[in-house]
Amino acid sequence: MDPDYIAFTEEMKRDYTILVPNMLPMHFKMILEILGCYGYRMELLETTDRAISECGLKYVHNDTCYPAILVIGQFVTALQSGKYDPDKVALMLFQTGGGCRASNYIPLLRKALGRAGYPQVPVISFSFAGLEKHPGWHLTLPILRRMLHAVFYGDLLMLLSNQCKPYELEPGSTDALAAAWTHRIAEEMKQKKNVRRSAVRRTYRAILRDFAALPRSGEKKIRVGVVGEIFVKYSPLGNNNLEDFLLSEGAEVVVPGLLGFVMYSLYDNLMDTRLYKINKLKYPMWCLAYRFFRRREDEFIRCIREEGTFDPPRNFSETVSLREGYIGLGAKMGEGWLLTAEMLELSREGVKNIICTQPFGCLPNHICGKGMMRPIKEHNPDVNIVAIDYDAGATRVNQENRIKLMLSNARRQQDADAAAEERLIS
Amino acid sequence: MHSDTYQIPAADMAVGIDIGSTTAKLVITEAGRILHQCYERHFSQVRQKTAEMLRQVQSLLLGRTFRAAISGSAGLGLAESAGIPFVQEVYATGEIVRQLEPETSAVIELGGEDAKIIFFQGGFDERMNGSCAGGTGAFIDQMATLLDVPVEDMDRLSQGHTRIYPIASRCGVFAKTDIQPLLNQGARKEDIVASIYQAVVNQTIAGLAQGRRIQGKVMFLGGPLYYSQGLRDRFAETLKLKPEEIISPPYALYAVAMGAAMYAARLQETFTYDSLLSAIENAGADRDQRDRLPPLFRDQAEYDAFAARHARATVPERDIASYEGDAWLGIDCGSTTTKLVLISRDRELLYTYYDSNRGNPVSIVREQLMTLYRLCGERIRICGAAVTGYGEELIKNAFHLDLGVVETVAHYTAARHFMPEVEFILDIGGQDIKCFRVKNGAIDTIMLNEACSSGCGSFIETFARSMGQSIEEFSKAGLFSRAPVNLGSRCTVFMNSSVKQSQKDGATVEDISAGLSVSVIKNAIYKVIRAGTADELGSHIVVQGGTFLNDAVLRAFEQELDRNVVRPSIAGLMGAYGAALRVMDRRESGLVSPAELEHFTHESRSAVCHGCTNQCHLTVNTFSGGRRFISGNQCQRALGLENSQESLPNLYEFKRQYLAALDSGSGRRGSIGLPLALGMYELLPLWHGIFRALDFTVLCSGPSSRRIYEKGQFSIPSDTACYPAKIMHGHIETLWEMGADRIFYPCLSYNVDEKKSDNHYNCPVVAYYSELLRGNIQSLNDGNFLYPYLNINDPKELARELYRYLKPFVPDLRKHEVRAAVRAGMEAYETYRNALRQEGRRALDVARSHGDRILILAGRPYHIDPEIGHGIDRLANSLGFAVVSEDSVFELAELPSVHVLNQWTYHARLYRAAHYAARHEDTELVQLVSFGCGVDAITTDEVRRILEKQGKLYTQIKIDEITNLGAVRIRLRSLLGALEERACGS
Repeated sequence: MDPDYIAFTEEMKRDYTILVPNMLPMHFKMILEILGCYGYRMELLETTDRAISECGLKYVHNDTCYPAILVIGQFVTALQSGKYDPDKVALMLFQTGGGCRASNYIPLLRKALGRAGYPQVPVISFSFAGLEKHPGWHLTLPILRRMLHAVFYGDLLMLLSNQCKPYELEPGSTDALAAAWTHRIAEEMKQKKNVRRSAVRRTYRAILRDFAALPRSGEKKIRVGVVGEIFVKYSPLGNNNLEDFLLSEGAEVVVPGLLGFVMYSLYDNLMDTRLYKINKLKYPMWCLAYRFFRRREDEFIRCIREEGTFDPPRNFSETVSLREGYIGLGAKMGEGWLLTAEMLELSREGVKNIICTQPFGCLPNHICGKGMMRPIKEHNPDVNIVAIDYDAGATRVNQENRIKLMLSNARRQQDADAAAEERLIS
Repeated sequence: MHSDTYQIPAADMAVGIDIGSTTAKLVITEAGRILHQCYERHFSQVRQKTAEMLRQVQSLLLGRTFRAAISGSAGLGLAESAGIPFVQEVYATGEIVRQLEPETSAVIELGGEDAKIIFFQGGFDERMNGSCAGGTGAFIDQMATLLDVPVEDMDRLSQGHTRIYPIASRCGVFAKTDIQPLLNQGARKEDIVASIYQAVVNQTIAGLAQGRRIQGKVMFLGGPLYYSQGLRDRFAETLKLKPEEIISPPYALYAVAMGAAMYAARLQETFTYDSLLSAIENAGADRDQRDRLPPLFRDQAEYDAFAARHARATVPERDIASYEGDAWLGIDCGSTTTKLVLISRDRELLYTYYDSNRGNPVSIVREQLMTLYRLCGERIRICGAAVTGYGEELIKNAFHLDLGVVETVAHYTAARHFMPEVEFILDIGGQDIKCFRVKNGAIDTIMLNEACSSGCGSFIETFARSMGQSIEEFSKAGLFSRAPVNLGSRCTVFMNSSVKQSQKDGATVEDISAGLSVSVIKNAIYKVIRAGTADELGSHIVVQGGTFLNDAVLRAFEQELDRNVVRPSIAGLMGAYGAALRVMDRRESGLVSPAELEHFTHESRSAVCHGCTNQCHLTVNTFSGGRRFISGNQCQRALGLENSQESLPNLYEFKRQYLAALDSGSGRRGSIGLPLALGMYELLPLWHGIFRALDFTVLCSGPSSRRIYEKGQFSIPSDTACYPAKIMHGHIETLWEMGADRIFYPCLSYNVDEKKSDNHYNCPVVAYYSELLRGNIQSLNDGNFLYPYLNINDPKELARELYRYLKPFVPDLRKHEVRAAVRAGMEAYETYRNALRQEGRRALDVARSHGDRILILAGRPYHIDPEIGHGIDRLANSLGFAVVSEDSVFELAELPSVHVLNQWTYHARLYRAAHYAARHEDTELVQLVSFGCGVDAITTDEVRRILEKQGKLYTQIKIDEITNLGAVRIRLRSLLGALEERACGS
């Protein structure tokens, strides 16, 4: 690691704007508003034009994974746009410190900034691995607590939107409701009392009722699961607006939430000690954190189940057990075993059509994605998985053609099922 | 080819239209019969061609009501904008096959750019080629161009083959890299064509079947398979199909269109002739302007100024008929073209020649020399002759040329003639991009395109042909495009699909032509040179190579850099001109005499060298008088010479021998197999030591070969993984053949901790490949495949976990036994590391005492495998380098400051090895990079930075399944050439 990186100082905190790339719109908006309350000026980059990947290709090694090209391209185009004072702006990226090359996005971003003529711009590593120190950047307990809630709220809004949007009778009503709630939650969390567990549960239920009240049709649509590398899975910029495309094809999109990834990251720390007997001192702390998350998750799922209208996600511990017999819990780079488990989870939920997204040449996905498709299909013959690679040069036509093929097959299956059901009834 | 025998269940009239990447097909069915079918190339004019085909069947459709559907990869856009139902093409194929040949167990369909396999039995499944797998029909077309053989003749040729050469099967660009040298070495076309077909077969199996065996009745569909018996034979032989298992139906070309008609028949919507035609004619009116670039030229005046400026960079010509005195000859025998110049004492051009070498450069050079001798008569004396390019050695040997010049040096010499202060030279030829930076009068950095981004010039040419135009017409068309399409800057296969997309968006041939020129340029700047800004290239730039004769490409380059450059009028002849300039110090040439030329003969045949276990495929060229020139050899043994470089150290060889010497022994606890691939190359001494100590017989699968790879090819699920990983599947099969009871390959998130890096991970592929093997190789199960997650940095923990894991398999296992075994294994590993250190130091000392150049061939431990490293270590030896590996010398240097997260053990060694090379005058570093290695996208830049900070040259060699060393040899020789120039300069 470069020892001379530019740290984000206390002074900078006062008047610097911190730019953040967009991955999950609802989650990130809430998180940024929360950080805003603690004195950080945050701004979410929501640009989507093609110049982003072109710029990324200019400043990043072209064989680097697509998310790096996009994220870095987005930062550099933002700096070049003239909208920000390069001496009053900082950039922020998430860094896991795992064995995947994604941990190198930050050094790659710094290199790109140097080449593009912005060596002075500090890059903050948003990380729990403690890879770097930034005096002006503190994740205090109150912030972390609110962020944690933002993850749950974001997951809830995403889950409900996905279950409502394909069926909404009034176009746009789902998005409007989700946007209203995103804003309202961020506002509410400024007050301490709203972060209490009972208040959060009340808010969950209010959200659930609001969505349940949306006028929806009762038609049956094909459900399509989307899993894969975290950035291309979630970010419309990364996956060529996959969600919109699927909706336009008349499908219901099912995307696992962010919580799973957060818990998976926690779990990896537990596994390191269990498998290799390393980092033993921190083990109790990770156990506590994991248990804490599980309790919050239980509450979250219970609320959804009790309100009744919508399908809740599975418990993380169930997800963990699903991958047994397929892949070991030690496979922890990138999305690791979680990716395999999520495909199995979708299948178990009856979502038999799955798109596995990854950047072209994604190393962990050779193993945990493409490498697991054969055994998954072998044990679940009714599952239909298609792997889609995303990349600056890959075209939509090819991607959409493959997805269309999957949907054609799904429709044929649906028709056959319907016919069988009819026979059964008559 | 009308037929009415098929049982298509649709009673009412239906029209099925299939628009593929290159052809359009139309089928009309009624009452279960086919009324009409036609098949035509659409030359990217999708809408017009479809309308035209429809008009041809006016008489059948007029006055009728019918249903219609469109299918095919290029049909989607048309269907959408015309509002005609669309059916996905693989789905359509499934429909028809289920109806007509229900016995079929799998369909293999090759189209213009698509390859598909549909499995019907044992679980319905459909596979289409991914974004990396090259097109197949288009690929065969491209190869036909390369061989200068009409596509129609290829089938006939292939049936006369006697041997199959290994040709990389990943994509067209790789295959070309393999084929070109075969052509230059004079291999038989029959054999090459059959080998191309075999490459298509391998690609289809590896890329699409992905672990699923193709068996039972197999149906072949699509143009290439319909027309080529030879291709079907290759499939049949590879898949071991019996004749009765092959279905090659008469409707192979129309299956998709028939499926579309069948699909249409079930729909509600109906058409009339007029409504269908007008829907098609009015489609695509609303053009998509999103992805367009600014025009190359605003108007004619701007173009004229541009043309006038470039007209200034010329070499004077001199009439050969009136010239008297001395002259010098330069030949550039390139990958696709042969160039020749004769220059006067004042460096004027007396004679030039530039043409495709049509697969046989020897006969072209012979003809040209005869022409030259005739023109020279008694007046002109050829005082020296030099040759450069791919065919350098062949031509030099065939015609006794005085000098062979490395390509890069030839080009620099010529560029300097036009612009003495030149700082940057970019050469884009038919097959390759070369560029180099010049500092202090010597070549400083050399960049050649890696095999995946080449195909530049010939790509435009092939594309022009597919549009039915000559390259000149095609590129001229692009000059005045109003809105060039943005096709991205990736490999040509991606560009093909980008073109498809833009056609869907209604782009014209002009827009595509201009867009392709921009793409070639972007490829060169951002993929090969990898410059961020124009300033990085300097202000004095010379461009050359045949591709720059295309004004559109030249303009695109100037636009992209936003500065003017020099393009010599002889841009295509620069190599030859440079070669001639280089040989001007000669007074007397040994070139063949006119009399010898008269009786010159050339024959080539292939052979296999049995000098060692490497079994090099040789091409033996025999010239008149029985003189021979042998190529394809990795060492000197094939030439009848004992290895003259035997004395030069080679750490790769040392490591191979060390690992090979570990004996399997015979243990009472049965045998355990260790696959020698990926991380096993590093840790073999450890695992071998442990299992020997536990009294197992230890079987090691040994070094890889092409055959081993092919053995396991069937179960590879991810074709874009690196070759060192994919070869693992073959090692598993090999171990079963050797009779192993169990196979061991552990999962290791963490590698050996060498304490100098931020972390000590393995890359995800090395770490977890066993998980993939377990899931995809049927013969592996939890009873015979041992792949525990282990911590190799803690002997106690390792022993505990191994005991726990092995106990169920070995009931009499004792804890203390395992602890002792782990100690023994650790010791064996340390012994190996020490031997490596010592040998590394000895090699450095020996080389220094003899004054030999030292080359750190830096890669990963598994790059010493002869199949993965392709003998590059020996090649470097044969060029006079003492070869050491990164892991034998890295400890001699401290960790330099590294600007990336230094978290992988193998890669941390690279940085230190680079630091060592940076600090030693006599040591060079060449980095080996496996295609598909995502981690190296990070390390290469960093290694380059470490070297260049100290003013050292950086050379990178990308390796994959490529079997030919020609390109590598040029790189290493260029490195040598640059070093010599530098030495002279200082």
